[in-house]
Amino acid sequence: MAQSFAELLDSPIVAINLGLKMFAESLERQSVEVVQVDWAPPAGGDEELADLLDKLL
Amino acid sequence: MWADQGAPMASGFLIRKNQYYDSVFLMGVNRRIAEVKGVQQSAVLMASPANKKLLAAMGFQDPQIDAAQPADLVVAVVAETPQIVEEVLERLDEWLQSPAEKTPESRLHRLEEGLARKPNANLVVISVPGEYAAREARKALEAGLNVFLFSSNVPIEDERQLKELAARRNLIVMGPDCGTSLINGVGLGFANKVRRGPIGVIGAAGTGIQEFTSQVHNAGYGVSHAIGTGGRDLSDEIGGLTALTALDALENDPRTEVIVIISKPPGMRTLEKLLVRLETCRKPVIGCFLGVSPQGTASHAHLRVVRTIDEAVQLAISAVSGEPQASPLSLSAEEREVIARERARWSAGQKYLRGLFAGGTLCYQAQQILQDAGIPVYSNAPLVPTRRLAHPDQSREHTVVDMGDEYYTTGKPHPMIDGTLRRQRILTESRDSEIAILLLDFILGYGASNDPVGELFDAIVEARQEVQRRGGWLTVVASICGTDGDPQDLGLQARMLRDAGAIVFFSSARAVLFCSELLRTK
Repeated sequence: MAQSFAELLDSPIVAINLGLKMFAESLERQSVEVVQVDWAPPAGGDEELADLLDKLL
Repeated sequence: MWADQGAPMASGFLIRKNQYYDSVFLMGVNRRIAEVKGVQQSAVLMASPANKKLLAAMGFQDPQIDAAQPADLVVAVVAETPQIVEEVLERLDEWLQSPAEKTPESRLHRLEEGLARKPNANLVVISVPGEYAAREARKALEAGLNVFLFSSNVPIEDERQLKELAARRNLIVMGPDCGTSLINGVGLGFANKVRRGPIGVIGAAGTGIQEFTSQVHNAGYGVSHAIGTGGRDLSDEIGGLTALTALDALENDPRTEVIVIISKPPGMRTLEKLLVRLETCRKPVIGCFLGVSPQGTASHAHLRVVRTIDEAVQLAISAVSGEPQASPLSLSAEEREVIARERARWSAGQKYLRGLFAGGTLCYQAQQILQDAGIPVYSNAPLVPTRRLAHPDQSREHTVVDMGDEYYTTGKPHPMIDGTLRRQRILTESRDSEIAILLLDFILGYGASNDPVGELFDAIVEARQEVQRRGGWLTVVASICGTDGDPQDLGLQARMLRDAGAIVFFSSARAVLFCSELLRTK
């Protein structure tokens, strides 16, 4: 949901956590709505290919 | 597979294709493997280029490792016998499953999937490896979400582009390399449990924000929001793009009555830009600029500048309470008595301070306080280049070490998460006959170790005993950054430190001041 930073300061946080799980766990401990994404490097680690795919999709 | 490298050591490794885990998780696995009897060295890593270099430095060079991809897991073990190596590698699945994982696997692997699952999300927290972080942050901004970017090693050009994109969309990028923020009372990254109140914070330094907000809480006041910017934001390359967005937001935020900026001194052009902006700011602004800069250390008409976190706390509380506060950087009569008592116990050759810091900003601030007191101090992260240690592992005269520096944390857990490296260094320092003071910081809060003092307790006791065996006395001075709401139990951590024989402060600056007085009265 698009929300400006000024609006964020006045709303409950709803977070997507991309990467280290401990950060999602910390947010859960603080009763924050959060979804964990178990991120992995894209396309076998080929960043250029991933950028290209991003542009095509 | 394993290869016998001749007695008394054996080594081996294995690679799991397309089996990705985050670095903190893998460090936990590695820690447990390292505890197996007979294991001398181990590494559990994703095969990124940086990690392959670490493996090579451990002696693991192999075409299979060269060919491995960043999404491939590598486990490498050096042990006393081939049998131990084999056993460890065979039990890999057990190692990977045994940790007490509180969060079940999410089954989501891409940001887009997260967005689909949580269409009402308003913030993305990103901690993927630096080379991929900008891509993910850009996608988040394009989807209209604010970003907390913990990842480090993001190219500065990417940082600028991300922040420009965020500004065009009225969003913010907190970071890269952003350790801490408090938004609406919620701690992001490494953060303490701090009550809400009228003090707004813009901070380029993670442990600087933690120290400031904890002290505000402990003084009975509170924080509206603490907005992390990343360490480079106020440099002239970035021009304070995030800080200016944060300033606009805090100026318009009805909760915020005073704004504190915590950073190394801004770049000259950025400082000028900031000062022009502050001419029209409707709220008082305090700049806590840590470091040496004649330009940055002077106060301006619209910006009151201080050089320690404690002074910034004092000024901010004065501003919101309307009551002048006592100067925070002075010692009580009782503390002076302790100084005299401690000094009397030192033997003739004992004269140096050794500070081992988990918090980078606190290490930096310590040097500033010692330097202002006329005490020259060496560091691996020096305030002035001439005081750089020849090697981070080798202290010289008065030394403070930032143990969260890249040298210590590449492929290894940060000292805020794991005490292993500091434990070893405490024991090393205790064997130096010239050590008089051991200075330590302990950082509590979300993300930090569950028991930071417990991890170092035995090492502190052992270090004191070691010095006593030589007929001397080791003065241990510790600061704790934390609040009574933190998960680690602040009171218990302080009691444990005192039980270990440490003199405890709830301010890093005051702990350093205490040390400087100890050294000055010599």
